[in-house]
Amino acid sequence: MNWLTNFVRPKLRALVKQRDTPDNLWHKCPGCGQMIFHRDLEANLHVCDKCGHHLRLPALKRLGMLFDEGKYTRIELPKAPVDPLRFRDRKRYTERLKDAQSETSEQDALIVAHGTIGGVPAVVAVFNFDFMAGSMGVAVGESFLAAAKLAKLQQAALIAIPASGGARMQEGILSLMQMPRTVLAVEEVKSAGLPYIVLLTDPTTGGVTASFAMLGDVHIAEPGSLIGFAGQRVIQETIREKLPDGFQRAEYLNDHGMVDLVVPRLELKAALARILGLLMRPKPSAEVVTLPTPEVAIPQQPRV
Amino acid sequence: MKQPLEFEKPIAELEGKIEELRHLSDGGGVNIAEEVAKLQAKIERQLRQTYQKLTPWQKVQVARHPDRPHASDAIRRLVEDFTPLAGDRVFAEDKAVIGGIGRFRGFSAVVLGTEKGATTEARVRHNFGMAKPEGYRKARRLMELADRFGLPVVTFVDTAGAYPGIDAEARGQAEAIARSIETCLRLRVPMIACVIGEGGSGGAIAIASGNHVIMFEHAVYSVISPEGCASILWRSAEQAQDAAEAMKLTAQDLHKLGVVDEVVQEPLGGAHRQPVEALDALGDRIEAALRKLTPLDGGSLRAKRRDKFLEMGRQGLA
Ligand SMILES: [Zn+2]
Repeated sequence: MNWLTNFVRPKLRALVKQRDTPDNLWHKCPGCGQMIFHRDLEANLHVCDKCGHHLRLPALKRLGMLFDEGKYTRIELPKAPVDPLRFRDRKRYTERLKDAQSETSEQDALIVAHGTIGGVPAVVAVFNFDFMAGSMGVAVGESFLAAAKLAKLQQAALIAIPASGGARMQEGILSLMQMPRTVLAVEEVKSAGLPYIVLLTDPTTGGVTASFAMLGDVHIAEPGSLIGFAGQRVIQETIREKLPDGFQRAEYLNDHGMVDLVVPRLELKAALARILGLLMRPKPSAEVVTLPTPEVAIPQQPRV
Repeated sequence: MKQPLEFEKPIAELEGKIEELRHLSDGGGVNIAEEVAKLQAKIERQLRQTYQKLTPWQKVQVARHPDRPHASDAIRRLVEDFTPLAGDRVFAEDKAVIGGIGRFRGFSAVVLGTEKGATTEARVRHNFGMAKPEGYRKARRLMELADRFGLPVVTFVDTAGAYPGIDAEARGQAEAIARSIETCLRLRVPMIACVIGEGGSGGAIAIASGNHVIMFEHAVYSVISPEGCASILWRSAEQAQDAAEAMKLTAQDLHKLGVVDEVVQEPLGGAHRQPVEALDALGDRIEAALRKLTPLDGGSLRAKRRDKFLEMGRQGLA
């Protein structure tokens, strides 16, 4: 496995400064409709300071906010066959991929990084919703397997952070096959006795939900996130009834026993650090150790 | 033919002609044998021609044909002493998933399947083969039973997909499917999955993550229905034919991709014309696979299954 040798080599591109000029200085909050100044949005981790609505947080910001001092190392991800079905709809899949790659400067929809969270070693596999709606194809499956392998290698916890519309339809049946494949990845981490935590973010749907995302030791969700298997339109067309308020939202899943905790974004890091500490440091320590205060760092750009 | 598909209409017409001739001869005592034989030969020729080059979209129609053998037909034909078991022990009995213990060609086995139902009443009872969480939890329960007693698991997949409903979501459809997949992959007994009609998405893979996956020649297996795919990617369900082409959902393509291990030939004109022959041919292949897998120990059965899925898709279409 040659990608294994690349494991600890930081991804060079992460060192390059990300383009950080906002296209728009003002963002309209989908929750309350009020305008939020981009700097306020950044400072508040993309949570509306007026109504508390959680806007989608870019994947790299997510890494920055979760790892201690915002420090993490990205790993080189394994190569996957490009366009395995030679798929074409109104546009070639290869073109769609290229567009997504140039828009996001990423190879595919999953980013894997390692570092520490609350002093505990952790590997984070975060979906990049901006890349073809975070859809899961072979490349995502391969990267998720790599994340699991890395967690085992480093005796680290694995944190999966889905933000995905589901299957990558352009990869047909092979996208469906990522369900058993990612389940195998989870199995690898669990059988090594390591914690596997899922942080469900908006949206987590389809085959992503019905595989690795529902198999966590602990499920945390961000407030208001859409989490479900079937799409709301499909359900509505099938049953021809109005969907209940809050249907398939994080709080609804919490009420129905599918999510342990709904945690506001500003408290996430602390919650995650606490849970990892409890699971990975089970014994009283011989000496008094001051745990790093879980502060919410907001890096302007990923520091490596 | 009771319900000819659009492309089968010329064949249905010929069959109608034979009927007509028979009807006429009843009265007059005319010798029609020669004419009938001619027509029959023509039908056979047309069936062969048509079924040799079915388009993916035509295969979708054949796979969904109401007369096609369903999971319950497969169990009735291939399993002796079948003892149905019911319920997920949590919430309910979901009749979209049928299953139990029985004897397949001498082997005690746990047999499972998604059942679409053959009559209107049965279709409603089985919810058109679309399972809710309790269906997948029942599947998981039965697979665990198989594991405990060292019995192989044989599944028959025929579903448009998991049921999209409020209650299904409320009770954790996604979690139920995920756990069912996990259970398939953990089994220390042989697991053989047969896609006999429609292999619809997560609802199919939930009971199809097996050591050996067999597919009928004209069955289909896909991540989403061609209609669903078309309405998302082409913005119109009308383009389902194009979607069916692009998706590579036929048994032949899936075999090339390594997703399906074996394709079983159907009788001339499809399994819906001769279900018994079709099921017997499938039974032979299941038996052959079982004979190969049963001597292996639990650890290697699990490892082989795992390795197969890990390798899957690392190459594209050859
Ligand atoms: Zn707001």
